[in-house]
Amino acid sequence: MSIRENFENNLEEVNRKITEMGEQTIVALERAFKALKTQDVEIALKVIEGDTAIDNLEKDINEFAIWLVAKEAPISRDLREIISVLKISTEIERVADFAVNIAKATIKIGNTKSLLEITHLEKMKELSIEMLRKALQSFLDENILLAIEVGDLEDEVDEYSSETYKKLTTYLSDHPEETNQLVQLLFVNRFLERTADHITNIAESTAYLIKGQIYDFNS
Amino acid sequence: MEQRKKETIINVRDLNLYYGDKQALFGVDLVIQEKEVTALIGPSGCGKSTFLRTLNRMNDLIDGVKITGDIVIDHENIYKSNDVIKLRTKVGMVFQKPNLFPMSIYDNVAYGPRMQGIKNKKDLNIIVEESLRGAAIWDEVKDRLKTSALGLSGGQQQRVCIARAIAMKPDIILMDEPTSALDPISTLKVEELITNMKEDYTIVIVTHNMQQAARISDKTAFFLNGEVVEYDDTDNIFSTPQDKRTEDYITGRFG
Repeated sequence: MSIRENFENNLEEVNRKITEMGEQTIVALERAFKALKTQDVEIALKVIEGDTAIDNLEKDINEFAIWLVAKEAPISRDLREIISVLKISTEIERVADFAVNIAKATIKIGNTKSLLEITHLEKMKELSIEMLRKALQSFLDENILLAIEVGDLEDEVDEYSSETYKKLTTYLSDHPEETNQLVQLLFVNRFLERTADHITNIAESTAYLIKGQIYDFNS
Repeated sequence: MEQRKKETIINVRDLNLYYGDKQALFGVDLVIQEKEVTALIGPSGCGKSTFLRTLNRMNDLIDGVKITGDIVIDHENIYKSNDVIKLRTKVGMVFQKPNLFPMSIYDNVAYGPRMQGIKNKKDLNIIVEESLRGAAIWDEVKDRLKTSALGLSGGQQQRVCIARAIAMKPDIILMDEPTSALDPISTLKVEELITNMKEDYTIVIVTHNMQQAARISDKTAFFLNGEVVEYDDTDNIFSTPQDKRTEDYITGRFG
C-alpha cells in the first residue's frame, strides 16, 4: 500500500473525470457531424444542450484540482499531473465548444442539397476523434509515443483543411447562389482544424506530464 | 547579480562513518559551493544528520565512531587537523530546538566572542547588534537585551541561536531541522532569514519539510540508507528527479 493512497485515489478520480469529459466530447463531435451530414436540426439542438454537462465536468475538475493543490501541496510528477489535468480539461472543453459550433452551423445551413461531399470535412472529423482518443489514452497510460502520434495526425488534418478551403472557395466563385452553405462549411473547416490544434495541446500537456519538459507538436 | 564564479567550500570524498560495527554513511561524495544553501533530505535514519555533524566534527563526541574518507573545508582536511575549536568557529551550528543558555539575550550572543577573548564592551556591543540584526531579530529584542533569553518565544529564541552562531563570524552554518519546533509564521521568518543569509554564509540544512527545501535551497542532496542517492540543483530534484527513489520520497510515496 502506498503511504499516499488517499491522494492517489483522488488523482485517479480526477483522471476518471477527464476520461468521462473526453468520452462525452467524442459523442458531441460525432453527433454534431451526424447532424451536419443528415441536416438534422433535432440532433444539432441536442449537441448544444449537452454542452452544459461537459462545461460542468470542466468546472468540477478545476475545483477538484485546485483543492488538491491546496490540500496536498504536490510536487514533481504529482504537480505536473495536476497542472496537466487543469490544462487538458480546458482543451477538451474548447473541443466540445467546436462541436456546438458545428451544430449551430448545421442549423444555419438548414435543409438544402448538402455540399459536404466536395470537402474533406468527414475525414477531418474522423482524424480529430482518433486524435482525441489517442491523446486521452496517452494521458491515462502515460504513453509518450501515442502523444507524438497525435502531433503527426494533426499535420494530416491541416493538409485536408487547406485542400477543403481551396475546394470550397473555388466552388463558391462558380456557385454564388450557394454562399450561405459554403460559408458555413468554411466555418466548419476552421472549427475542425482548430479542434485538431486543441487536441494536440492535450498531447503536449501529456508529454509534459511524462517527461517534465515543454513540447510543441504544433510546429 | 553576483557574476563571480562560486568556489567549492566543502569537498567530501568517499566518506564512511561507523557507529561501532554499524555503518551509517557509505561512500558519500559531495561538493558544496560557497554562499549557497544546500538542503539534505531523506527519511529518518538515512544519515543526513550524521553527515551534517561530520562537517564540524560533532560526531567526535560519540563513543565508538569511526570515520574514513576526506572532508576538505576551505582547503583544509578537517579530520587531519586537531584544531576542532578553530573548525567550529568556522563552521557554526543551529539545532532543532533552540538551545539558548539561561542568561540574557546579550550574554548569549556575546558568549562566543567573549570566549575568544573579546572583552571590550564597545566591540561586544557592535558584535551583538550586528549579529542580532543579521538574524532579523534586533528590532524585536533591542529594548530587552538584558532580560533572560528564555523569555522569548520559540521562533525568537531560534533566531537568537542563529545570531549566536553569526557572532562567531563563521563561513558555514549548519542547521539541523531549525524550524521543526516552530510555528508556521516563525518558520517563514527563519526561511526568509536563511535566504538573506546566503549572501554572507554557506548554509547546509537538514529538513524534513520538502516545501522548505524547495523554497530555500540551491542544491538538494537526497540521502537514503546512508548513501547519497541524488544530488542536484534543487529545481531539478523537485521537478524532474532522475532517480525513482528520489521521486517516491519527495512525493511522499515512502519515507
